[in-house]
Amino acid sequence: MQRNPQLNERGELQHLLSIEGLPAAVLLQILDTAKSFMSVSERDIKKVPLLRGKSVFNLFFEPSTRTRTTFEIAAKRLSADVLNLNIATSSQTKGESLIDTVANLAAMHADMFVVRHASSGAPYLIARHLSPEIHVVNAGDGRHAHPTQALLDVFTIRHYKGDFTGLKVAIVGDVLHSRVARSEIHALTTLGVPEVRVVGPRTLMPAQVEKLGVKVFHDMVAGLRDVDVVMMLRLQNERMNGALLPSAQEYFKAYGLTEERLAVAAKDAIVMHPGPMNRGVEIDSAVADGGQSVILPQVTFGIAVRMAVMAILAGNG
Amino acid sequence: MPAPDAEALLATLAAAMQGQVGRDTALIGIHSGGVWVAERLHERLGLPTPIGTIDVAFYRDDFESRGLKVDVRPSAMPFEVEGRDVVLVDDVLYTGRTTRAALNVLFDYGRPARVRLATLVDRGGRELPIAPDFVGGSLEVSADDIVVVERTPAGRLSLTITRSDGAA
Repeated sequence: MQRNPQLNERGELQHLLSIEGLPAAVLLQILDTAKSFMSVSERDIKKVPLLRGKSVFNLFFEPSTRTRTTFEIAAKRLSADVLNLNIATSSQTKGESLIDTVANLAAMHADMFVVRHASSGAPYLIARHLSPEIHVVNAGDGRHAHPTQALLDVFTIRHYKGDFTGLKVAIVGDVLHSRVARSEIHALTTLGVPEVRVVGPRTLMPAQVEKLGVKVFHDMVAGLRDVDVVMMLRLQNERMNGALLPSAQEYFKAYGLTEERLAVAAKDAIVMHPGPMNRGVEIDSAVADGGQSVILPQVTFGIAVRMAVMAILAGNG
Repeated sequence: MPAPDAEALLATLAAAMQGQVGRDTALIGIHSGGVWVAERLHERLGLPTPIGTIDVAFYRDDFESRGLKVDVRPSAMPFEVEGRDVVLVDDVLYTGRTTRAALNVLFDYGRPARVRLATLVDRGGRELPIAPDFVGGSLEVSADDIVVVERTPAGRLSLTITRSDGAA
């Protein structure tokens, strides 16, 4: 059996590339560690010395504000030195040039790479070509995975709901193009959420998505009925131009999260969104800013979760 | 040599601190055993300032070789550290590295007026220039022996020495 490329020979996390294939124990280790990092951000001196003298390279081949910033803050709160590289790329990034870029950065004695790339699998390629003491964190690759987003989402659920057993969770929107949705599904099922639903139009649902262990709904109200957690996905504007969707207004009519629709969920249901939000497209402002929204706490939790991931990786040598 | 009675050590330690700590003194326990000792001392000495707790996991100097342990408990300072008279409380004082790490945590919360160190037992073997101000008792053990303080559900402390030759 081939070893999971994310784990070392002792079964410890070496890279964080995808939630898929990680045992629940590893996910819980990250969540528990993140919880203890929460207090660091609440102190006057928001820094601990765990990564002092280490260099973290934020390698973003795709634009991002929130994810890059929270990784940067997380690394700095661990006392690492952070370099941000926003590498504008043509759509045709050759494997060759990617490896060359990374090899050059590794020669500058990087200890960790945080990678976002438009191509699925790019972080795997990078991890494979680095010496084993350099760690790679996937900050979003193509349509494939966004593991730290899924981890901060399950951290948020655990924070508000206590535990995962007995929950009904709906993931709503453009599941087809969403690396966030894929990682969320793996995280939720691995942690034992008994009912994970995906809700959205047929054109934005991957073929055979049921095989991931989810229930598929094409009707918004049916999909939201009695759920404890609503996880909204961002509708990328570029999807509007193709044949997949008629218009933003039409989409909002059928799948926008309004107060009226949210009312069919459990009374204490929480509403999540990975950002950036399209108000009036996938979510109504009244819900986004409403009492059930935990969208801003998600951002705060994201720092602690990313601190936990980086500290665990660095501690595993 | 049988392990000394932890409750007797606690009584000795409390007696040593009596008169040396006051209303404004804050006891800060180092997780886990130090917190138990601090709780008991706080009660015995009748101190009004609530106890603080420190987990040194994020400040250890052996992080790179040992990694991060999972059950890191948050450090808590339910008082202003700035200008405070502080007594750090540990259960077993050994190399002094935990004390060093605890001082670093403490100074990330503020600049205390004075910091003293109290320990239930001192097992020697220091690797840093650190000495306790208050001691419940001293142990003569070899470097391979393991000294552990435990707490019963009823809150009583006990001390176990596991000898490197296997004898308890």
